[in-house]
Amino acid sequence: MINDYRFENRKFVIVGIVLAIVVAFICRLFSLQIINDDYKKYADSNAFLNKTIYPSRGVMYDRNGKLLVSNQPAYDVMVCMRNVKDLDTLAFCNSLGITREFFEKRIKDIKNKNLNPGYSSYTDQLFLSQLTAEDFAMFQEQLYKFNGFSIQRRTVRQYDYHVAGHIFGDLGEVSKKDIANDDYYVRGDFIGKQGIESYYEKYLRGEKGKEILLRDAHGRIKGRYLDGAMDVAPVPGKNLTLSLDIELQQLAERLLENKIGSVVAIEPSTGEVLCMASSPTFDPQILVGRQRGENHKILSKDKQKPLLNRAIQGTYPPGSTFKTSQALTYLHEGIISPETSFPCAHGFRFKGLHVGCHPHGSPLPLVPALATSCNSYFCWGLYRMIGSDRYTSSQDAFNHWKDHMVAMGFGYRLGIDLPGEARGFIPNSAFYDKWYGGRWNGLTIISISIGQGEVTLTPLQIANLGATIANRGYYIAPHVVKEVEGEAMDSIYSTPKRTLVDERHYETVVKGMREAVLNGTCRAANLPGIEVCGKTGTAQNRGKDHSAFMGFAPMNDPKIAIAVYVENGGFGAVYGVPIGALIMEKYLTGTLSAASEQKANDIQQRVIYYGNQER
Amino acid sequence: MAIRNVNLWRSIDWFTIILYFLLVACGWLSICGATYDFGDTDFFSFSSFTGKQLVWIGCALVIAIILLNIEKKYYEMLAYPTYIGFVILLAATIFIAPDIKGSHSWLVIGPIRIQPAEFSKFATALCLSRLLSSYGFSMEKRSDFIKMIAIVVIPMLLIILQDETGSALVYAAFFLVLYREGMTGSLLALGVCMVAYFVIGVGQGENVFDKMPVNVGQFIVFLLIPLFTALAVGVYGKHVGRAWWIACTNLFATLVAYLFSRYVIPFDICIVQLVLCGCTALYLIYTFLLDRYASYLLIALFALGSVGFYYSCNMLIDKLQPHQQMRILVLLGIKDDPAGVGYNINQSKIAIGSGGLWGKGFLEGTQTKLNYVPEQHTDFIFCTIGEEQGFMGCIFILLLYAVFIIRIIMLAERQGSNKFTRVYGYSLASILTFHLFVNVGMVIGLAPVIGIPLPFFSYGGSSLWGFTILLAILLRLDAEREARF
Repeated sequence: MINDYRFENRKFVIVGIVLAIVVAFICRLFSLQIINDDYKKYADSNAFLNKTIYPSRGVMYDRNGKLLVSNQPAYDVMVCMRNVKDLDTLAFCNSLGITREFFEKRIKDIKNKNLNPGYSSYTDQLFLSQLTAEDFAMFQEQLYKFNGFSIQRRTVRQYDYHVAGHIFGDLGEVSKKDIANDDYYVRGDFIGKQGIESYYEKYLRGEKGKEILLRDAHGRIKGRYLDGAMDVAPVPGKNLTLSLDIELQQLAERLLENKIGSVVAIEPSTGEVLCMASSPTFDPQILVGRQRGENHKILSKDKQKPLLNRAIQGTYPPGSTFKTSQALTYLHEGIISPETSFPCAHGFRFKGLHVGCHPHGSPLPLVPALATSCNSYFCWGLYRMIGSDRYTSSQDAFNHWKDHMVAMGFGYRLGIDLPGEARGFIPNSAFYDKWYGGRWNGLTIISISIGQGEVTLTPLQIANLGATIANRGYYIAPHVVKEVEGEAMDSIYSTPKRTLVDERHYETVVKGMREAVLNGTCRAANLPGIEVCGKTGTAQNRGKDHSAFMGFAPMNDPKIAIAVYVENGGFGAVYGVPIGALIMEKYLTGTLSAASEQKANDIQQRVIYYGNQER
Repeated sequence: MAIRNVNLWRSIDWFTIILYFLLVACGWLSICGATYDFGDTDFFSFSSFTGKQLVWIGCALVIAIILLNIEKKYYEMLAYPTYIGFVILLAATIFIAPDIKGSHSWLVIGPIRIQPAEFSKFATALCLSRLLSSYGFSMEKRSDFIKMIAIVVIPMLLIILQDETGSALVYAAFFLVLYREGMTGSLLALGVCMVAYFVIGVGQGENVFDKMPVNVGQFIVFLLIPLFTALAVGVYGKHVGRAWWIACTNLFATLVAYLFSRYVIPFDICIVQLVLCGCTALYLIYTFLLDRYASYLLIALFALGSVGFYYSCNMLIDKLQPHQQMRILVLLGIKDDPAGVGYNINQSKIAIGSGGLWGKGFLEGTQTKLNYVPEQHTDFIFCTIGEEQGFMGCIFILLLYAVFIIRIIMLAERQGSNKFTRVYGYSLASILTFHLFVNVGMVIGLAPVIGIPLPFFSYGGSSLWGFTILLAILLRLDAEREARF
C-alpha cells in the first residue's frame, strides 16, 4: 500500500479543534459558574412556587334576601416530601389529632403513584383536607416545627338553614373526568356535584388566582416573584338569588317528614319555584368537609334513597290530577262541551270493561265530574276521542292527544335549572302499535285518561300543570334560580310556552277545580278568604295508593301553584290536600293560623311505614 | 501484515478501555443524580432509570466482547454489506416506525425500543474506511469523490426523513475525516462559514442592539465576512501583510461607525459594513489584476458571495410558511418552547451556574431534578454534572473527553500504512467531537438546541450501545496494527 504522508499535519488541526472546543467550554463554564453570580442567585430563588388562590364561591340567597348558603374557611394541610426533615411524628400526630398508623398510611398513599399520579416530592401534596378553624388554630401554633408541611386556605360551604339539600346540591373533589372535560380544574379542586352547585358551577366557582412565590433550595419562601407583578387576583364567584321561599321550604320538608314524597310550589306568572321538597331528605351540612365521604356513602346506601330528588327525578302515575289535562284536551278537540254529561254506574262499564268509581250522582256534566273526580266521565271522553271520526284513525286521534300532553310539558324535560330532571312518560301511537301489535282502541288504553297506566309525570310536571291552568293556558319553564349576580338569565326562564288549548276552556276547568274545593274531593283545602282551586289524585299502584294534590290560589290572581305527592299515602284527601292547603296558607298569608299549626304538627307526626324494600 | 491469532490481552489498548470505563461510570453516577428523587429512590431497581442503565451497560459490555473477538478481515469484508443493510433498515424505519414525539426513528420490538440511527454510524464509518483504503482510490477522481460523499450523505438524508435532524447532522462529522484524508480544507472552511452565517444571521435575526437600529445577527455576520476574507488572504493569498491590512481597516472602520452610532447619531451600521465588504472585494480584484494571482479573485467572490448568502438566507426564511420558519428557529434554539423563548436553556444555565466551583455535592442538586430542567437524564445530563460537581467536575469530565478523543486520534495515527483503521479511528474521534460540541454547547448556551445525546453519559441503550460498538471495533482493529517504526 502506498503511504500518503502529505496530510499528516492535519492531525494537528483536528486535535486543535478538539482542544479549542474544550477550552471554549471551560471558559464559558468559568464565566457561568465562577464569575457570574447572577445564575447562582437566580438558582437560589429559581424555585417558583405557584400558589393557587382560591376565589370565594358565590353565595345563595332566597327570594326574600335571606342568606342560605355561604362560605366558611377551612384549611388543608399540605406536605412537600422533599422538605420533610427531622419530623417529630408523635408531636405532629398529636397536633392534628391523628394516629401514627393513619400518618404512615397517608404518607404511603401520597407516595404511591397509582393512587396519586401527580406525585412529586418537590410539590405540595394534600395531606389532610378541610381542617376546621379550631383544629387549624391548634395545628398552626406548632406548624413551624414541621418542616415541609404547610397550610392551604380554602373555603367550605356553610348552610344557615338545614333544608333543601337536593336543590343546593353539594361540592366534591373533581373526578378524572371533570379534569379531562375542563382544564380549569386540577386534582384536589372542588366542583359542584349535584343541584344548583353543579348546574351553576361556572358562575359560582369564580376564577382562581395565582400567586408566584420564590423558594430557596430548602423550600423556604423568599418573597414574591417580581413583587407580585405576575400574580393574578382571584375573581370571586357570582352570587345567586334563588326563587325559593326558605320558610315555605322548611314547612314543606317538615310536613313530609316520615313519609316518602315531594312538594313542589311554583309562582305561575314567572315559573319561579317557591319550594321543592323531596322526602326523605338530608341536612346539606353533613356533606361538607371531611365527613362528606362517609356521610355520602351512608346516604347512597340508604334503601329509601334520600339523595334522589323525587320532585324532578321521581316519575309517578299522576292519578286524578291528570283529569284536568284530559278535560282541556276533550274540550279543545270538540269531543265534549262543558254541558256534555256521561253516566257513571259506579264507574265506567262498557263491553265488559269496568273502571271503578266512588258513589256520586249520575249522569254528570264536566264541572261536577271534575269536582267529584268521576272516573267514568274521563274514560268516556278518551273513548269518544280515540273513536272519533274527526280523525283518520285511532292512531291519528291518539297522536293529537299526545301533542296536547307534550304542549302541557309532559313526556319531556321542562328544563328546570337542576341536573338530572326526569322526562316522565307519555306514550304515542307507535308505542301502543308496538305494545299491542297494532290492535288497540280507546278501551285498550282507557286507564291513561285517569292518570293511570303507562302515563307517568314528575311532581314538578304536576305542579307545572297547576301553574298552566292558573295562567289559563301557558307556563314558563320552572326554575329555582331567580337571578345570577350581573348575568342575564336564560331566555327560556322568561318566555311563556302556550299549550294548544284555547283560553276559554281553561275557565271551565278552573271552575271544576274551584268546585272541587267548595263541594268536591278537596274541601279540606278551602281556606277562609282565599279562593283556592284544587284537584286531588289517588294513584293506584302495586302497594297502597299514592296520595296526590294539585292546586293553585287565588283563583283569579294566582300567586302559587302546587303539587303534593305522598307515596302510599292513600286517598288524595288524606295527605295531598291538607299539605297543599298548609303550604298555600303559609305562602299567601305569610303565617299559619293556630289551628293550621296544630294540623301541621299532626301531619308532621304521622308516619307511613314503607318496610325494608328498595325504593 | 496482519498478525494471525492476535494476543488480544497484550495488544489491546488498555488506556482507552480505562477511559471508557471511567466515562461510563461517571455517566451512570450522573444519571443517579439526575433521577434521584428523595429518600426512596432505589438505584438498582429495574424500574428506575439507573437500574435500566445498568442493564444497558451490561449488554454493551457483552456486545463489546463479541466484537473484540471478530478479526479485522471480517470487518473489512462485511463493511459494504453492513452499510447496505443499515441503509435499507434506515429507509424501512421511516415507514414502519410509530410516531414517537413527532419522530419516526424508533423501532419498537416488544418492550424494546431501538433507534437505528445510533447504530448506522459504525456501519457508515466502516464503509467509508473500506472505500478510502481500497486499492487505487483517489479523491481527485470524480467518481471516487462522489462515492465518498454519497456514503456520508445517504444515511444523513434518510435520518432527516425520520424527522431526526439532530442525529442526521452528526454525519457532518465525517467531513472532518475526509479533511484528514486529503479533502481540500477550503471546502470544510466554506461549510463552516456558511453554517456560521446561517446560525448567527438567522438565529440572532430578531435581536436589535440597545439604542441603535442595528440588527445583531446582521452586524455579526458582516463583521465575520471581512475577518474570514482576511483569513483566506492569509492562508491562500500567501500574503500575511495584506490579511492584517484588510482585518485592521475593517475592524477600525466598524468600530468608528459603532461609536458614532452609539454616542452621536444612531444609524444602521450595517450600511457602513456593506460598503466595507464592497471595498474589500474591490481591493482584492485590484490585487488580482495587479498580481494575476487567481486566489484573490476567488476570495473576492467569497466575500461577495457571503453577503449574497446572508441575504438569500433571510429571504428564504421570509418566504417559508410560518410553521416551517418555526421549525428552523426551533432547530437553532431560538424558539424551543411555546411557554417562553429559551426556557430550557435558561433553566439549564441556571442549574449549571448554581453549581459554583465545587458543586452542591452528589445527589444534592435541586435544579436538575424533574421540575426545572427538562430531559435532565438524557440530552441535558451535563446540567447535573455542572450543578452537583461544579466547575471542577465539569473540567474533569471535559478533560476526560479531550484525553479520550485525542487518544483515539493517536490510535488512528499509529496505524502506519493501514488506512482502513486510520479512517475508522478518525470517524469515531470526529463523531465524539461533534456530539460533545453540540450537546455540551447546547447545555451551556453556546450551540443551538439540537437534541443529541452526550456519549456514554445520556440515559438510553441505543446511544450507549452505538458508541460502544464504534469503540470496540476500533480497539480490535488497533490490536491488529502493525508497528509503524
